[in-house]
Amino acid sequence: MMKTVSLTIDDKQIETQAGNTLLWAALDNGIYIPNLCSLRHAAAPAASCRLCWVEVEGKAQPVTACTEIAAEGMVANTRGTQALRLARNGFELLMASHPIECARCAALHVCELLKIAGHLNVKLNKNPYRKLVHHLPIDSSNPLFNYDPNKCVVCGRCVSICRERGTGVLGFAHRGFDRRATTFYDELIGDSACEQCGECVRACPSGALTFKVSVNV
Amino acid sequence: MTTTGVQAIIPAFQELKVCAEAHWKGLWKSGRTVITVGTAACGQAAGALEVLQAFRDEVSKLNLDCRVIEVGCMGHCYAEPIVIISKPGYPAICYGHVNPVIAGTLVKEFVAGDNPCLEFVLGALEKNDLIPSLSEFPRAQYEKKLILKNCGHIDPTDIEQYIANGGYLALEKALRMRPEKVIDEVKRSGLRGRGGAGFPTGQKWEICRNSAGKPKYAICNADEGDPGAFMDRSIIESDPHSVLEGMLISAYATGARQGYIYVRAEYPLAVERVQIALRQAKKLGLLGREILGSNFSFDIKLFQGSGAFVCGEETALIASLEGEAGTPHVRPPYPAVSGLFGKPTTINNVKTLTYVRHIINNGAEWFAGIGTKGSRGTAVFALAGKIVNTGLVEVPMGTTLRQVIFEVGSGIPNGKKFKAVQIGGPSGGCLPESALDLPIDFDSLKKAGAMMGSGGMVVLDEDDCMVEIARYFVEFTQRESCGKCTYCRLGTKQMLEILTDITKGRGKLEDIDMLQHLAEGVKAGSLCGLGKTAPNPVLTTLRYFRNEYEAHVREGRCPSLMCPDLIAYYILPHKCERSCDACVGTCSVEAISPDKKRIKVIDQEKCVKCNNCLVACPLQYNAVVKLSPPGKVPTSKK
Ligand SMILES: Cc1cc2nc3c(=O)[nH]c(=O)nc-3n(C[C@H](O)[C@H](O)[C@H](O)COP(=O)(O)O)c2cc1C
Ligand code: SF4
Ligand code: FES
Repeated sequence: MMKTVSLTIDDKQIETQAGNTLLWAALDNGIYIPNLCSLRHAAAPAASCRLCWVEVEGKAQPVTACTEIAAEGMVANTRGTQALRLARNGFELLMASHPIECARCAALHVCELLKIAGHLNVKLNKNPYRKLVHHLPIDSSNPLFNYDPNKCVVCGRCVSICRERGTGVLGFAHRGFDRRATTFYDELIGDSACEQCGECVRACPSGALTFKVSVNV
Repeated sequence: MTTTGVQAIIPAFQELKVCAEAHWKGLWKSGRTVITVGTAACGQAAGALEVLQAFRDEVSKLNLDCRVIEVGCMGHCYAEPIVIISKPGYPAICYGHVNPVIAGTLVKEFVAGDNPCLEFVLGALEKNDLIPSLSEFPRAQYEKKLILKNCGHIDPTDIEQYIANGGYLALEKALRMRPEKVIDEVKRSGLRGRGGAGFPTGQKWEICRNSAGKPKYAICNADEGDPGAFMDRSIIESDPHSVLEGMLISAYATGARQGYIYVRAEYPLAVERVQIALRQAKKLGLLGREILGSNFSFDIKLFQGSGAFVCGEETALIASLEGEAGTPHVRPPYPAVSGLFGKPTTINNVKTLTYVRHIINNGAEWFAGIGTKGSRGTAVFALAGKIVNTGLVEVPMGTTLRQVIFEVGSGIPNGKKFKAVQIGGPSGGCLPESALDLPIDFDSLKKAGAMMGSGGMVVLDEDDCMVEIARYFVEFTQRESCGKCTYCRLGTKQMLEILTDITKGRGKLEDIDMLQHLAEGVKAGSLCGLGKTAPNPVLTTLRYFRNEYEAHVREGRCPSLMCPDLIAYYILPHKCERSCDACVGTCSVEAISPDKKRIKVIDQEKCVKCNNCLVACPLQYNAVVKLSPPGKVPTSKK
């Protein structure tokens, strides 16, 4: 039998497999913590979306739940003011650089950003930051799906899944504000070695990758 | 280690040492003059290679018994090219600002004759009755050269010169100690990492030694990406073996078998000198299998990095060594536990490693006796910006900023007023006049909002706008950010937009508060050290120079008259000399024309603020001024 540890998250007593991160321990037990970049079986967490903040008793600063290993007797709080402030600020930064056009967006019904906005009580039309979006062309060269790089939130889900189950044509490129998921030398996905398995589209939380014909996911 | 191994070390090293000392003595053979020319990158930029050639040509033309050799940088970069002439019967004399013509003169007059040409002298290397010595300069009383001692005094491409000057002695000594004892010595010395974070070096080595996993690795971080910093480059160019020796000792202590020196490819001279040093060390059995006949084997490879700032961050550097994209990873695990290829790895800065041999040679107590309680040893800074003596300085920790800037650096040039000192580059901060009496050490600087960083010290005067400085650094970090994590990728971009607006006179008061809010968020929320420290230039300027931000925003005024959008050039009619039109021709857009009385007037619509007229106006008239806000320019009566 696998060893388990028991801990408390938001006053709820839970058990999880030893070695699990706080994030997956919470999610498996029905406690939502906003997250975009964590993959359950990844060798090491990317810890790049900076949304999964929790406060852990005994630690002065909030920590990211995806990097914190659940320990026996740990007491964590996902609704502490400091953790929520960091999560909200980070999310608002993401939204300030995400085109808000939900009504026209093919991902409207599967959008995880909307879910996070709801959870954190962030209003999409009232962002304190400046609207800074890219105006890159939409790549519709692939018969199965479109890629709108302006909506990419750099979570890395598509990149991982493409390497794992697809042909590995997706990766990250460019620095700073320009970083995004793309193909080698930004070639059109239709011209790449993509075999259209569609896994990346199913993984995308932000509506950057969407099927041309809506299919059930 | 087997006893036979230990026993082999002493004679093996002794043999090398005798050989090297004979070589060194031969160089200084009595009756012969030796000329050393500093040809590190700073010297070369000032024309040292031409000077070197001129010396060689003249010496061979006159057929003199005189050796001309290349050395590294002495730290007096402001006076490059620097030459030292050691002639029997005279103290060794250091000359500054030498050019090929002066070189020819020095050979004819001094080497062949007996006129030491006092007009070109910087100072003598030792006290004497003839010429004031460098040690009598006021700065000498504050300087303490440990790791810069060899720099500029030995030929970096000649391992024997290094050995003859005490080189590899610490390695020999360490190999006869137990590795745990070496670690203990470094721990007790209190040495902290000079790459920025100040982590205790001995502790890092101990963690690596005690971590399971083989093989272990040792990495020297010579990425040095901070604008304004050049200490690591200079040490590698001037004394590369001291870095190798430090790596060897660290590897012996941790049990590492393979080492890497990560140098940025933009440092071609450093790359070349490391390559030469590695080759020579291997040839003498100081690197490779069974070093000095012991059973310690260690090899070092040179790796040329792409020169990205973020690749200096240790996890990004390791990723880049592994052939992956140079993006940081979350820590823990720390590299000492799981680093290169998932194996225990020590990663240390160039300077950190260079201290090691001095600690082994002189003992932990000696090192701990220098500096302050929390920061032992010396601090090495690259002095740059508005300071008379640019160059490298090494002072004991605890020396005040004032002493470094005004005594060692000789203060601000052109009678200008000190405004701030930027320490630690893009991760550091700007400290004002009131902080000048702070002792330089890891903790005081951090408390004041700056950071030791890797040791850049840029002095700013009254002409430097603090908002523009903050904008410059945020532009740098935004460009150099890997873009992986949300706060750094987007937060620094938001900050840059606001700062740009403020310097262009488009800022609003709320922007200043938003800037503070963003800076705090990026600091708290970013994944790696780049993002966590990127806000420091903004936070410190907001803390110490908020009035400058407010002047930009409230009055559209740049108090330092630096932001082009907030200033106007104006010719004071009462000072303008009718018969002079020096400015007219220099204007790049023909914006200046004389009025009826031949007083020159600038057409503000046309002016592109190139500054040419201000420079061109003869000093005795000094009629061109900058005004801010631009609205201050009196409307001209046509
Ligand atoms: C953005 C960034 C850039 C860095 N650049 C350098 C560098 O150029 N050289 C260096 O030695 N350390 C640099 N560091 C620090 C390294 O991550 C690491 O702490 C250091 O090499 C450890 O060596 P030390 O213990 O000898 O200081 C950088 C850190 C960050 C966050
Ligand atoms: S803080 Fe900046 S440089 Fe570091 S991981 Fe995040 S985006 Fe990359
Ligand atoms: S899920 Fe933790 S940082 Fe993205």
